[in-house]
Amino acid sequence: MKRVLVMPRSLRLTRRPAMLLGMTLGVVLAGFTAAAHAADTVKIGHVAALSGPSAQSGEAITRGLSVAIDEINAAGGILGGRQIELVQRDDESKPPKGLIAARELIFKEKVAAFLGGIDSPVSLAIVPLANQNKVPFMGVWAAATPITRNSADPNYVFRVSAVDALVDVKLLKYANGKFGARKAGLMLINNPWGESNEKGLVAADKENGNIEIVGIEKFENNDVDMVPQLTRLKQAGADVIVLVVNAPPGAQMMKSRERMGWNVPVVSHWGISGGRFPELAGPTAGDAHFVQTYSFFGKQGPAGERLLAALKKKYPAIKGPEDVFSPVGTANAYDAMHLLAKAIDAAGSTDGDAIRKSLENMQGSYQGLIKTYSKPFSKGNHDALGPDDYIMVRYVGNTITPVE
Amino acid sequence: MLIPSALITGFGLGSMYGLLALGFYVTYSVSNTVNFAQGSTMMLGAVLCFTFWVTLGWPVWLAVLLALLACALWGVVVERVAVRPFVVRGSNAWLMATVALGIVVENVVLFTFGKDPRGMPPSFLTSEAFFVAGIKVQALQLMIPIVGLSIAVGLHLFSRRTKYGKALLAVVQNPDAAQLMGINIVAAVLLAFAMSGLFAGIAGILIAPLFTISSTMGTLFGIKAFAVAILGGIGNAWGVMAAGLIYGLAEALITALLGSTYTQILTFALVILALAIRPNGLFGQASVQKV
Repeated sequence: MKRVLVMPRSLRLTRRPAMLLGMTLGVVLAGFTAAAHAADTVKIGHVAALSGPSAQSGEAITRGLSVAIDEINAAGGILGGRQIELVQRDDESKPPKGLIAARELIFKEKVAAFLGGIDSPVSLAIVPLANQNKVPFMGVWAAATPITRNSADPNYVFRVSAVDALVDVKLLKYANGKFGARKAGLMLINNPWGESNEKGLVAADKENGNIEIVGIEKFENNDVDMVPQLTRLKQAGADVIVLVVNAPPGAQMMKSRERMGWNVPVVSHWGISGGRFPELAGPTAGDAHFVQTYSFFGKQGPAGERLLAALKKKYPAIKGPEDVFSPVGTANAYDAMHLLAKAIDAAGSTDGDAIRKSLENMQGSYQGLIKTYSKPFSKGNHDALGPDDYIMVRYVGNTITPVE
Repeated sequence: MLIPSALITGFGLGSMYGLLALGFYVTYSVSNTVNFAQGSTMMLGAVLCFTFWVTLGWPVWLAVLLALLACALWGVVVERVAVRPFVVRGSNAWLMATVALGIVVENVVLFTFGKDPRGMPPSFLTSEAFFVAGIKVQALQLMIPIVGLSIAVGLHLFSRRTKYGKALLAVVQNPDAAQLMGINIVAAVLLAFAMSGLFAGIAGILIAPLFTISSTMGTLFGIKAFAVAILGGIGNAWGVMAAGLIYGLAEALITALLGSTYTQILTFALVILALAIRPNGLFGQASVQKV
């Protein structure tokens, strides 16, 4: 009924016939909408960067979600035959926009649960909102530790993605194991995600006796030249660079390193896989070894085969694994959507608290893409993936290739 | 090693700011107006060059030439659409109009060029390098200051030594008298805006291989370049270029010595401080008001 009142408001000031026409149109439209979105769909929201420098990440997540939803709906939906409907909002990588989008999804669209995007600062802004309103929020990319470990009780935030604190342990271990590095220089983006990793890396450093952090440098998204920061690390004796940033500024760092002629190994968090990193960074893009949760290269399990086939069918530009850009977005989103659907189904309702409890107590095991999940979440652990699920990769040309 | 490498960085960035700021200088000294959206013209140069060269696959010289031509033409359009209609009515609204036009361009580019930042393919300018005192210097890093300084020198000689240059400067001093002397004022102002667009285009194309190309790449550059123009005393080509170098060096040295968290805070604070001490800019002179 609301639509009937809203539609003609702009016409009301002009003329009575126009208003009547508007009202009629409004009624007709409202009727159509009601028919198309029968009240029995389950709305799942998604807030991510669909435009801006990390737009590719948003598209990759969208692809994973869409294929999963297609599969679930084709198999008869959830909660006794209800179809899942995806409602998306763009956060442009900006926390305030993400917060507005999340509010819209919760209050206007009344989603049962919603998923996030690549940007940790955006997700961190959304976490309190999700917890206050008891709407489950599932991270599929953003890795900042406090997103899930947010001290809220009960906690409505879950994640099928990497966790900074655990990735940081992995990065230092890999730098030492693969390159024999003993002195790490950190290059971190100057935002909450960089901070989350600074804490994580310092903590990981204390646990790891084989390598020590000799310098911590920050930079901004728009920095053109990072030679000054790199020079400071070089002077501090760094024999490996640990990089935490998204693709465009990450590429600026690689170009600065190339300009200096410093052939130091680079071990990176996965932000650099969210854009056209090989094109932006140029010839040295392959020097950066970075973490992923999944690779579409090599032998695929049944879920991998199925997903690749579905992607090729749905997105004709995808001919093979090399065309799946930002693969972790697609992979994490695919598994997260399936887990979420199973939990809602098991909860027997779209009530936020019921879904949360259901996620925390998932029964049996589910053979997903990244791994076979058995009890992926519990009250104390809201992260479905751990260090054993991380793999190290690098770019060879435009393709992400495992190096471990 | 910290300081010398910061100096190289600073010279490169500084000449870029200087080059962009010369665009403010050239229109200001002819018409007392500027295109505030100089940063978006710079972005246009980079985006067009990338589109012609990489997307359409045209030869690089043609791509550069056409992109520069388009930037110069764009300068003319800015003057006709966003500056002159207001100036003839004695209004200062061109300030806002040029900013608005810049936002329009950025959004048109966002829709046509795309939301994804792109990278210039490597060329000999980035692959050729040599070593100065143990520090690697790319050909491009050397080329940027050379181009910037040559344009500043050329502009200086043009305005002080040639008939046309003197004619241009006469326009701002007394438009009526200049017109009586047979100087075509309309053409002079248009030429100044075309040059302004051209400089921004050159800056955009030169910075593109060092940076990523996107619709918003010019915004911060535009603001910094305006700060540089004011800092240099906007009526002096040498001063503007020197201020660009000082600004770039300050930026690089602050980053090298204190870390980039402080770069923006301290450089802009320095600009404010410098202007508080010398309100007409480091190299500017107070204009003489005749009563």
